[in-house]
Amino acid sequence: MNAPHPRPLSPHLQVYRLPLTAVLSITHRITGVLLSAGLLSVVCLLSALAAGPEAYASAQAIAGSGGMRFLSWAFIYALFFHLCHGIRHLIWDAGQGFEAGTLNRYAWIELTASVLLTLAVFVLSSRDSL
Amino acid sequence: MKYRTPLAKARGLGAARSGTTRWWMERVTAAALIPLSYWLVKLVDLSATTPYAETRDWLAAPVNTVGVIAFVAAAFYHAALGLRVVIEDYVDREGSKIVLIWLVNLGAALLSLIALLAVFRTLQTG
Repeated sequence: MNAPHPRPLSPHLQVYRLPLTAVLSITHRITGVLLSAGLLSVVCLLSALAAGPEAYASAQAIAGSGGMRFLSWAFIYALFFHLCHGIRHLIWDAGQGFEAGTLNRYAWIELTASVLLTLAVFVLSSRDSL
Repeated sequence: MKYRTPLAKARGLGAARSGTTRWWMERVTAAALIPLSYWLVKLVDLSATTPYAETRDWLAAPVNTVGVIAFVAAAFYHAALGLRVVIEDYVDREGSKIVLIWLVNLGAALLSLIALLAVFRTLQTG
């Protein structure tokens, strides 16, 4: 349906400076899609393990390259972000935590928690005690 | 005046009892994935440097076999439900929407089967 004359539109999403809660909301969705794509590499990893020592060694060689190491840490961070914001969704679903102050406080808590969890995995992994 | 929706219209529109199934299962799998994420993180960690035999023995321990299998099942279920919502929100044309949702569902089913088979094949070599 094309209007014959350009009609005034309501302000577009881009003209607003998004509040933190809105940024986290869209990031939740984006990390969800990226994590789904990342599941493909989990399937590849398990299949390489099933195919035997040589196949697994070559999969590890790929996984051990600098770019892939960076991607797998990005994957871990995305996982923890999605997990922390997901917990907040579960709290919302229970009908709690909708006050403006609570929303912003939770936003900072979940950002901090996702970074701390990633750091914790990094430390535990480097000490071989995960 | 008739208040009852004709059966022909009500069918397939998400009648009582099953209308919230997908929404609910997204939450159930989300809650399950909180503890199950441990096995994903551990698997990624093992893939970095741990040798083949050690990784296989780790996977063969019953708690890890069950953990990885449960993670794979819950993660693909959750991913398919989540991607479905994204598609429903952003894909406008009805035909493309339906086909994309099929592809996501079939892809998730196929990939989870491949992953589960890989786990069982790995156990057989132990």
